[in-house]
Amino acid sequence: MELLPTIWFIAIAVLWTGYLFLEGFDLGVGMLMKLFARTNTERRVLLNTIGPVWDGNEVWLLTAAGATFAAFPLWYASLFSALYLPLLAVLVALIFRAVAFEYRGKVDSEKWRRGWDWAIAVGSFLAAFGVGAALALTTTGLPLNANGDRTGGPMSWFSGYALLGGFGVVAFALVHALAFLALKTDGEVRHRARRWFVRLLPVAVLPMIGWMVALQVLAGKPWTWVIASAGVVAAVLAWRMARTGSEGRAFSALGGFLVCATASIFGAAFPVVVPSTIDPAFNLTISNASSSNYTLGLMSIVAAIGLPLVIAYQAWTYWVFRRRVSAAHIPEAHGFLPAIAAKVLVSTKAAPGSAAPDDAARPGDHRPLA
Amino acid sequence: MDALEIARWQFGITTVYHFMMVPLTIGLGMVVAVIQTLWFRTGKPEYLRMTKFWGKLFLINFIMGVATGIVQEFQFGMAWSQYSRFVGDVFGAPLALEALLAFFVESTFLGLWIFGWKQLKRGVHLACLWIAVIGSVFSAYFIIVANSWMQHPVGVTMINGRPVMTDAWAVFTNNTALVAVPHTLLGALGVAGAFLLGISWYHLWRRRKDGIDVVGSDGTLVVGEATIPGRDKGDYSVWLRSLRIGAVVAMISFAGTAVTGDLQGKLMFVQQPMKMAAAEAACHDGTGFSVLSVGNLGSTNCDDIKAVIEVPGILSFLAKGDFSTEVKGVNSLLGEYQAKYGTHVPNNPLYGDRAGQEIQYVPVMQVTYWGFRMMIGFGGLAALAALVALWVTRKGIVPQSTWLMRLAVLGILAPFGANAAGWIFTEMGRQPFVVAPNPDMNGIDQVFMFTAAAVSPGVSAGELLTSLIVLSAIYAVLLVVEVKLLVKYVRGGVASAMPELGRHTKDSDAKDSDAKDNDDDGGHRGTPDDVLAFAY
Ligand code: HDD
Ligand code: HEM
Ligand code: HEM
Repeated sequence: MELLPTIWFIAIAVLWTGYLFLEGFDLGVGMLMKLFARTNTERRVLLNTIGPVWDGNEVWLLTAAGATFAAFPLWYASLFSALYLPLLAVLVALIFRAVAFEYRGKVDSEKWRRGWDWAIAVGSFLAAFGVGAALALTTTGLPLNANGDRTGGPMSWFSGYALLGGFGVVAFALVHALAFLALKTDGEVRHRARRWFVRLLPVAVLPMIGWMVALQVLAGKPWTWVIASAGVVAAVLAWRMARTGSEGRAFSALGGFLVCATASIFGAAFPVVVPSTIDPAFNLTISNASSSNYTLGLMSIVAAIGLPLVIAYQAWTYWVFRRRVSAAHIPEAHGFLPAIAAKVLVSTKAAPGSAAPDDAARPGDHRPLA
Repeated sequence: MDALEIARWQFGITTVYHFMMVPLTIGLGMVVAVIQTLWFRTGKPEYLRMTKFWGKLFLINFIMGVATGIVQEFQFGMAWSQYSRFVGDVFGAPLALEALLAFFVESTFLGLWIFGWKQLKRGVHLACLWIAVIGSVFSAYFIIVANSWMQHPVGVTMINGRPVMTDAWAVFTNNTALVAVPHTLLGALGVAGAFLLGISWYHLWRRRKDGIDVVGSDGTLVVGEATIPGRDKGDYSVWLRSLRIGAVVAMISFAGTAVTGDLQGKLMFVQQPMKMAAAEAACHDGTGFSVLSVGNLGSTNCDDIKAVIEVPGILSFLAKGDFSTEVKGVNSLLGEYQAKYGTHVPNNPLYGDRAGQEIQYVPVMQVTYWGFRMMIGFGGLAALAALVALWVTRKGIVPQSTWLMRLAVLGILAPFGANAAGWIFTEMGRQPFVVAPNPDMNGIDQVFMFTAAAVSPGVSAGELLTSLIVLSAIYAVLLVVEVKLLVKYVRGGVASAMPELGRHTKDSDAKDSDAKDNDDDGGHRGTPDDVLAFAY
């Protein structure tokens, strides 16, 4: 067994787990913008729970992709080109979502906000679904030829596993976000999140459990079966904790479920990184898809220093913004007062003297206020 | 168009677009960090206002850089899978390191900066911005290391037909990257400089037009005060200071790009002589730098290309540092390239329809020739404008001319144009190679790749066309949205980033006197959640 490729396989599994854990709740919060929040204030509560952290969470995706490129270029090339259209959808979703977070509050208009809210909700859904589908397919197989290229046309990647993985991540993200909101908010939102969590959890973990079990059946090893079972136990625990009102523990237990799920899925798939559904001889594995030991060694050193640092300062961020957010903290939407073209002010305060004459000629423009 | 051409258009469009946002992020980030540092050290309210105002514009732009960057990262695998397979061993590492060591830092610490005005101590808050800015410099470094390896592959040996990294130090200290990084960073500063200059000019002009500031009979400016929030006397110094900072930054940046660009030219002469020749549209060997050539630049025989204005010796200076070394023209180079790298595309199925065709070694000369001149020209124009602006406003008075104001605002675009032109020149001058061969190393000459072989073999032209259309359409819409928001916040002035200014009862005397530290502007003692006005 090759040591360095194995380490990097594990590292990439860890990066994906980190991504699903962290961006999991902010993708879920994004979807809940439409499903859960009732008023604009509630939406802003939701947004502000993830505001300082969502971009940092998204970088886990970039790092997972970048690490795959560096450590297993053939895996990166085959997977990304095979899933061309679904990944395009993910990109579009991520673009709109990111821009929406930033631009939503920049114009004080109901219509404007509604548009961006949809962008956040649909974008979060599509991104979660696409990433889930891609991960499910890389663990269950794609129609790859000897060169690692997809055969059979733009949609030949599609299989039931894509749906299973897609819905698995979407549903997980939803309940994970509810657990997160119960932990991070106060007042009405917090209580409702807890109620929803208890009600939805039993159904929401099912598709991911399905994916997990499917992989055990396809390629399971004794130890991955054990971890998969532990995952089911963790999900049950999360549910019980939430019923008794232990928000922190419910959140951690659900996190435990995710870790078990990804560990058992990637563990079962190992050492194959993309099975070929055409011919097992074309499977991409950690040995035929990886970079040289030199590159992997270099990357290992940097990652060994870099990743703990990342975890440390991201943890610090969560600590800085640990305060619960509630509707009471949300100030009124500030339709700011434009310094230039301030019509409202003109009508109330007439300006004495020193007028610039050319200005008065233009309707709609404001008058001088010296 | 076949898959290859569509993929190239897509890469070009998305990257140039990404690089509209990137230089503003890098340049403005540095400038805001310096301004906030000034506020931290002096406590002057103007600096706080500048931090908030420029910071807000910075954020509106930053997010677009993030959103479009993700496309870049995915695109190598999606559209250029054969390229990714070929270069993965060397090229993936800087990309992964960029995410791990730069993007995490940038995004996390920027989040802390945006939301942390209240939660963090002032010094820590400032440090967060600096760390984020340093992160963006690192990101530029790593990505340019990756790009420079495509221009000048080093530190590898060929094993089983693929370059394998053998010397990471050589890759990360590639001399091509070491000069391209400062050149690009300085180019980014130029964007920020013109941005500050143009917008501040507009505001100063507007204050006079609105009759707030009046030029007295003795020719000095009487700074006035309007009852609109944020348009008090302090507002005037916000814009004047910003204008001066912007102008100085723009001039320094141009001087710096000229120096580093000269170094790049000398490397290019050795590493990619064909690009150098194409930049000059020079078919014959020579020493003169053409300022203006006319004729059919697309022809390779040069029969009808005429240098209208030519400065003797300068081309040699650009390439070698003296005035007499003959720089090889396209005609001499063509034979050399054909001898070294073959005359025809190999008969390999990977090349699809292009297999067996003759290789076109001369890049599109219209693009390289004009790209090179636009880069230098736009940059120089911006620097010259900055110098004139400093002179004209030396007494703190911006002329009332609408025409000049429009020019100042329009000037914001010049450095953007210079940056785009620089990249288009660099990237298209490298064709037909996606990984250009490294001629000055013996032994690893085989490390090169034709662009024609780089595209994903399994992806259909239809898929590529879909993404090209979808992405271009989205980018076009988002550009309109971004520019509209920027304009809105620019017109809103400082109060748009600091609504707390509006809630104060105006005490103009206190505002004016330096004796009273008007820290209240900081929102540090304002209502507890004012920070959300700055964030979302
Ligand atoms: C000279 C600098 C430079 C260049 C040549 C590029 N970028 Fe970039 N990129 C940046 C400088 C930058 C930046 C300034 O660091 C950005 C802008 C906003 C940000 O977050 O970082 C960024 C953002 C950014 C992001 C989002 C990061 C996040 O979510 O925080 C990605 C994934 C990329 N870029 C990837 C690329 C790729 C694959 C490129 C090559 C084709 C590329 N960039 C060219
Ligand atoms: C590290 C950063 C970069 C890398 C790795 C990179 C890589 C590439 C690749 C793979 C291609 C496609 C193959 C080709 O047509 O040449 C390309 C083309 C191109 N790139 Fe870059 N690029 C980088 C940065 C940039 C930037 C920042 C810009 C400009 C803003 C840019 C502008 C272009 C253009 C215009 C093309 C199209 C060239 C053509 O079609 O002939 N590149 N680059
Ligand atoms: C006298 C002034 C300048 C000279 C001599 C110069 C020279 C060069 C050269 C030779 C290259 C190509 C490097 C290569 O392909 O190997 C280049 C690239 C580039 N230039 Fe300039 N340049 C100048 C001014 C500017 C200005 C003012 C800007 C932007 C504001 C700029 C932005 C760029 C960019 C973005 C690139 C592509 C990235 C890179 O290779 O660094 N340049 N420049």
